[in-house]
Amino acid sequence: MHLKIRKVDRRTVLRGVLQGTAVTVALPLLDVFLDDKGTAYASTGAPLAPCFGTWHWMLGLAPGFWEPTAVGAAYELPPHLAPLQPIKSKINIYSGMHVFLDGKVNQNHYSGAQAQMTGMVSKNGSDYTTSIDAIVGDHIGGRRRFRSLEVSCSGDRRSTWSSRGENGMNPSEISPLALYTRIFGPDFVDPNSATFTPDPKVMVRRSVLSAVADERRVLMDRVSAADRARLDQYFESVRDIEQKFAAELERPAPLPSCTVPALDEEESLGTHVEQVRATHRKFATLLAYAMACGQTQVINLSICGGGGGSNSLSSPGERKVHHSLTHEEPLDPALGYQPKCKEYAEISMGFLTEFVQTLDGIREGEGTLLDRTGLFVFTDHGDARVHSMQRYPIFTAGSAGGRMKTGLHVKAEGDSATRVGFTLQRAFGVPNSSWGTESNETSKPFSEVLTGLAG
Amino acid sequence: MLRVLRWSVLVAGAGVWAGVLVGAQAMDTIYTYVRLSPTQYQHVIHDIFGRDIVVPANAVEPGVRDRGLLALGGRKLALSGAELERYNLVAWQIAAQVVDPARRATLIGCTPAAADAPDEACAAGFLGRVGPLLLRRPLTDDELRRYVDTARAATEALDDFYAGLEAALGRMLVAADFLFRTESSTPDPAAPERLRLDAYSRAARLSFLLWDSSPDAELLAAAGSRALMTEAGLREQVDRLLASPRLERGVRAFFSDMYEFDKFETLLIDSETFPEFIPSVEADAREQTLRTIADHLLNRNGDYRDLLVTRDTFLTPALAALYAVPLARSQELGGAVPWTPYRFPDGTPYMGVLSHVSFLSLHGHPGASSPTLRGKALREKFLCQTIPPPPADVDFSAIEDSSTHRTVRERLDAHRTNRACASCHRMMDPIGLAFEGFDAASRHRTTENGAPIDTSGELNGQTFTTASELAVILRNEPAVTSCVVDRAFSYGTQRMPTKEERGWLTALATDLRGSGVTWRALMRRLALEPDFHTIPAADVRAER
Repeated sequence: MHLKIRKVDRRTVLRGVLQGTAVTVALPLLDVFLDDKGTAYASTGAPLAPCFGTWHWMLGLAPGFWEPTAVGAAYELPPHLAPLQPIKSKINIYSGMHVFLDGKVNQNHYSGAQAQMTGMVSKNGSDYTTSIDAIVGDHIGGRRRFRSLEVSCSGDRRSTWSSRGENGMNPSEISPLALYTRIFGPDFVDPNSATFTPDPKVMVRRSVLSAVADERRVLMDRVSAADRARLDQYFESVRDIEQKFAAELERPAPLPSCTVPALDEEESLGTHVEQVRATHRKFATLLAYAMACGQTQVINLSICGGGGGSNSLSSPGERKVHHSLTHEEPLDPALGYQPKCKEYAEISMGFLTEFVQTLDGIREGEGTLLDRTGLFVFTDHGDARVHSMQRYPIFTAGSAGGRMKTGLHVKAEGDSATRVGFTLQRAFGVPNSSWGTESNETSKPFSEVLTGLAG
Repeated sequence: MLRVLRWSVLVAGAGVWAGVLVGAQAMDTIYTYVRLSPTQYQHVIHDIFGRDIVVPANAVEPGVRDRGLLALGGRKLALSGAELERYNLVAWQIAAQVVDPARRATLIGCTPAAADAPDEACAAGFLGRVGPLLLRRPLTDDELRRYVDTARAATEALDDFYAGLEAALGRMLVAADFLFRTESSTPDPAAPERLRLDAYSRAARLSFLLWDSSPDAELLAAAGSRALMTEAGLREQVDRLLASPRLERGVRAFFSDMYEFDKFETLLIDSETFPEFIPSVEADAREQTLRTIADHLLNRNGDYRDLLVTRDTFLTPALAALYAVPLARSQELGGAVPWTPYRFPDGTPYMGVLSHVSFLSLHGHPGASSPTLRGKALREKFLCQTIPPPPADVDFSAIEDSSTHRTVRERLDAHRTNRACASCHRMMDPIGLAFEGFDAASRHRTTENGAPIDTSGELNGQTFTTASELAVILRNEPAVTSCVVDRAFSYGTQRMPTKEERGWLTALATDLRGSGVTWRALMRRLALEPDFHTIPAADVRAER
């Protein structure tokens, strides 16, 4: 798969935006500034909104080689996690946990990640329910243009783990240019602009969506019981878009850390490592600034192979891609692991480091964007070589607005991997007493990583 | 609309209906929703507004595959916020094209008294005409009033009549009744376990099966007069639809789903290992098979089973290079045309759709062939058998090591010595190995890593030595007919057959084996069968 796109500049993308009624609103000077620490609006004292994200990579890590020996803060990163050294103090590592099938067929590369994202394992590969990003997003989400943003770095739109309701998958954006246009294109309202001009066409589009939403009661009254949830989801989505337009019609609060990122000249989509690296880098920047600019509070990124996607990292000229290698590369008798698979895993860990550093590189007063973000980092198998559902490598990054400690290794031998997702929900104040189904249900957050600010 | 007995009267004493009553209230009519597929969305727009309307690529998501078909997944799909955002964007793009000055005279059908003011008569004329075509049923007076109100309000806001029409059309294009195919049904007095589709839903089910699009005005008229609910009226419309050139779209849509051609979107063949597999081959390969199927089933009225053994196909230069065959370019009006009819010579390894790139490369790895994936695909796509995924925590890396087992056959033979793997691999590998004469890019070969390739095997007690011989055995396998019959029913109804329906589907397959599994015969039998136009009552109860 190859896609070349000509160079675009922001001027081109924005051409035509200033049409329609010219309503110019000068910003009060006071609003331009955050408080001394840069973590709250000076004018209102309201803290910057927390953000939540998921980051998925495929095919795990070599079992027995990535788990730190010590628990708590005083641990050393094993060599297989060496790429994470620059962000060690910004993340937590969780080890020892499993996904339980409870007698269901193991849908390889699906069931394990499904459990971590939704708390449940379905009977087959097509039943998927509300994911953790939607749960947390519903709780923390204020009025934002995008309820969430999903991206896949390997050219597969079906590579996504984000869903609202039954089979309401949010397809991934695969083109950084498309995402750029969606976020920072003609409909973007710069929160730091001195003027604000609401577009009357957006007003019309919002009113059209409102009219569609008004049909809810009639349609819900007549729908079959089996389709009620699906139709309800449709109207939830209508409300999302209506809210997006509403956000575009309001003068946004100023955000000094918000700048519109530059866009590279062209893009090449595919699964080759360098293609994925370049795509991931662009997506990391765009997602980070989408949050910094108040466009969304929830992001989901999949390197490759998520949900309905099946591709894995590859290298030009190599007959076997990463996925094939996990099953076919022999364990090196001296090393005890699959050397080429380790290289691919290290590449993914390098991507993670770059992503976290991108969020951490956006200063917001004394802190950074990462500080107000909680990132859930997960994979599909504990040991991809044997499709294992045990000993999953899981990470979190960021302190979720001071609600989570970082720099820790947490070990929970034999527990359900859903504990990590539940811990994040607790950190963001989601008011549920448990999460998950059957053996994957948990009511035990990792209290050792939560601070007093957690809900 | 036909007045039916009150639901409460019909269900007196029938506890089985309780779930329906809870979900839909005590109403006569039950509504269910099936999401439009990407090609259906595109065909509907093109049929109503013309083929020059640009529907952006990937405007609609393909959805999820359920029990072998995306069509079955369509009955499960919700619509996420990200998806609706895109639908909404596309709706406005389409609406803008429809009211574009270059198309107004043709598509709007009237001229407003003033271009910058509302004209409700003109708006109502346009919306009242396209509304039933988009929503696949007449608009109620109240519905039309609301759409006209939208047009008026937007016209006043933007001082532009056509911007008002654009807004009303945009609203229609994101309505639930457009994005989802709404099926309305009522209890069958003769069979309380099923619901009968009303005339408009019957029309839609027919047209989406046969044309992959919404009903045209004539079919809607037949629904409106209720002629479609009579045996003669149904037969007349089915025969009309079967005689239309649009039938090819239905064929293409069905086989794209059955053969899982959506996988082409993410197909990866390593171009450094296989330089002949240039990017255009992906699209060409899909088109080769669909073109072959359409030609065989429609132009030649051929038997479906013969698709497995036909040597007739169509090639492009890129495909010819991959298959290593000489291709005389077709000339038309002095220029070369990309597709050329071609017949693989007898004795060559390429015979039937199982030797097409769309089978061999679609089911494999980017750099290597996979007898297991090919065997699995053959079982699932052509015989409708189900192969479970491998169990967790089974170590097979040692037997996958190509340094100790030079050919795939040697590695898979070792595989089948592993008890955890054997039961499933015994079903997939022997028939998949028949195709080892083709590498990951579908190029023919006779050796692997210097060792000769053995393509022999057996299926149901019949032995073969080549993929062509296996194709002949499959051609005569009764399950091939049963499979396409079952899939066509599930595709058309977008549900699984009931136990009772399986009975007549089995009988239908038996009949067709004797008379010939031709597409028109299969479609006609399905479309005229009363069960085809029903929904099991159990399906409309809340399952979770």
